Amino acid sequence: MNYRTMLSIKNLQAKIGEKQILNGIDLKVNAGEVHAIMGPNGSGKSTLASVLSGREEYEVSGGEVDFLGKDLLELSPEDRAREGIFMAFQYPVEIPGVSTINFMKTALNQIREYRGQQALDAVSFLQLMKEKMKLVEIDQSLLNRSLNEGFSGGEKKRNEIFQMAMLEPKLAILDETDSGLDIDALRIVANGVNKLRNKNNATIVVTHYQRLLDYIVPDYVHVLYKGKIVKSGTKELALELEAKGYDWIKSEVTVA
Amino acid sequence: MSKSNQVLEEITSKEYEHGWTVNLETDEAPKGLNEDIVRFISAKKNEPEWLLEWRLKAFRQWQKMVEPKWPNVTYPAINYQDIIYYSAPKQKVKPNSLSEVDPELIKTFEKLGISLTEQKRLTGVAVDAVIDSISVATTFKEKLSELGVIFCSFSEAVKEHPELIKKYLGSVVPMNDNYFAALNSAVFSDGSFCYIPKGVRCPMELSTYFRINAANTGQFERTLIVADEGSYVSYLEGCTAPMRDENQLHAAVVELYTMKGAEIKYSTVQNWYPGDKNGKGGIYNFVTKRGLCAGDHSKISWTQVETGSAITWKYPSCVLKGDYSVGEFYSVAVTNNYQQADTGTKMIHIGKNTRSRIVSKGISAGKSQNSYRGQVHVMKRATNARNHSQCDSLLMGDQCGAHTFPYIDVENNSARIEHEATTSKIGEDQIFYCLQRGIDEESAVALIVNGYAKEVLNQLPMEFAVEAQKLLALTLEGSVG
Repeated sequence: MNYRTMLSIKNLQAKIGEKQILNGIDLKVNAGEVHAIMGPNGSGKSTLASVLSGREEYEVSGGEVDFLGKDLLELSPEDRAREGIFMAFQYPVEIPGVSTINFMKTALNQIREYRGQQALDAVSFLQLMKEKMKLVEIDQSLLNRSLNEGFSGGEKKRNEIFQMAMLEPKLAILDETDSGLDIDALRIVANGVNKLRNKNNATIVVTHYQRLLDYIVPDYVHVLYKGKIVKSGTKELALELEAKGYDWIKSEVTVA
Repeated sequence: MSKSNQVLEEITSKEYEHGWTVNLETDEAPKGLNEDIVRFISAKKNEPEWLLEWRLKAFRQWQKMVEPKWPNVTYPAINYQDIIYYSAPKQKVKPNSLSEVDPELIKTFEKLGISLTEQKRLTGVAVDAVIDSISVATTFKEKLSELGVIFCSFSEAVKEHPELIKKYLGSVVPMNDNYFAALNSAVFSDGSFCYIPKGVRCPMELSTYFRINAANTGQFERTLIVADEGSYVSYLEGCTAPMRDENQLHAAVVELYTMKGAEIKYSTVQNWYPGDKNGKGGIYNFVTKRGLCAGDHSKISWTQVETGSAITWKYPSCVLKGDYSVGEFYSVAVTNNYQQADTGTKMIHIGKNTRSRIVSKGISAGKSQNSYRGQVHVMKRATNARNHSQCDSLLMGDQCGAHTFPYIDVENNSARIEHEATTSKIGEDQIFYCLQRGIDEESAVALIVNGYAKEVLNQLPMEFAVEAQKLLALTLEGSVG
């Protein structure tokens, strides 16, 4: 295995109840890369994101996932997060009475504890927070409010990216981050993601539309259909999809 | 069984941490209740004749009363003849100072994290420690007396300040107010008394710590706090009991009295033994708490965090008699396993321009039942009365119940009453969101519950708030379904 390999998915199958959703996914993500997962509604994009982050409603019925030499599927959701997997949720949940600041302090310190690091003192935490706030262009007043409560769609997504900046994951999975965003919000969110990109981390962007990829430019694009990756390519594939629509892929798959 | 249900199982089976007992030699009354027992208790305490008469009167009234059946709780009939009504740790002489107190007793409280040795205390909190039927020690007495603040056990107050006791005992909660108040009036054994003189702002928190130790014993304490004109006091009450298979009765009475411009802030963290996870044992907590805002511009504020007891029946109330007086009630009531709680408040608006505020947060988990019962009553002459009530319920799992019984009686058209209520459930989604950020399930529940109860916890004095947060987490960790 290449030392740069971050995530290696082999023949991954998953179901919810009796319904098979993922039918053998193969995917390899190296450090420094951005992969886009596209596909029509119901193709299994969000399921893939959920399975990788460890949602228990989904039962993995076959295959393996290696994350930096560890069997990802054996890890609890919190340990996956502590190992460096971050998911930006499509629908971030509200937690009344808990500020983003308090939430991040709890998260960061649990992750640090897992890694054998000391908890951050108040001053260092505040410094880190200020630095990341600037990076993702988020206002402190938002971070003092109850997490996601009464946030607009844009504020919620920006808050997700702020959390991602705080936790500095090795692998970030953005699940339909563009949904519900106007173009300005989309640009701010994408800017944040781009600033966080470096040669040591990787990003998986799950999206239905091409437009997010104008801002977060992927190295590879994969098309998911009926729980399988049916086509892979570079960013041009996304443009082709935009032009021809998903029906093109559907017919191509049927023909094959 | 899903993973979160497993965690629920594991964590809710966590043991009650104050369930130990100590071997204290006790001086007990025989089981049962009759006039002789009332006389026995009174004699044990060398009480004056008038107080014995008062007790007997209460006892006779109690005999004619029936136990209330309207609360939303169920329990087997209590055999009042099977309870020991007086139990005191045996001490050869009445201690004059802390150094004379039985070291076992001091150890008992130290085990609870309550140091009775003043120099060891870091925070400025004066403590009155009550074990079973009597008060064993009161700290910081001298320092307080320099300001004219009286803070002592109830029995001591009867001896040292009979005029105050005579005047205020039963002035807020009449002896025949209800079944349990009448029972308490007949057999109450000790408790705390506190008087804040005119214009004095009590410089430290006053606190009573109650502990039931002996078996088969009921605890019937009385607390009376009188705040004279323009004075202020913040008062804390804490309580625990050993784990025992049989249920134990706790029927206390708390009376608060504020004169013109005075304010009393009363905080409770109630952690009586709740019974085991199958619902066996635990304390029956049947308590009457009421405050009278007698003077204009006076204020009474109740804050309670109720985590313990097998059954809680308790409605800390405010009678807003003085014009411009203010009543507040902040409550977090948590029930888990087979606990039952029927708790809330009464705000009685009598004076003009009186205001009240109710914030109640119920949390139910396991197979427990949690009810909020509250009354807002605006009397005829209470022009411009204002009330705002907010009752929230949080459910964990799918086998518990949350109920709300609000009563609103308005006899004056200028009143403005607002009532808001919400019910929510800790969602798998909320938990998963936390997990995905690297926060484990226990911490996630603690975070969510503390967030939910924040508005109430913020009302608690600092050192209590920390204890309460931990207690909430301990009672509920992992109770998600």
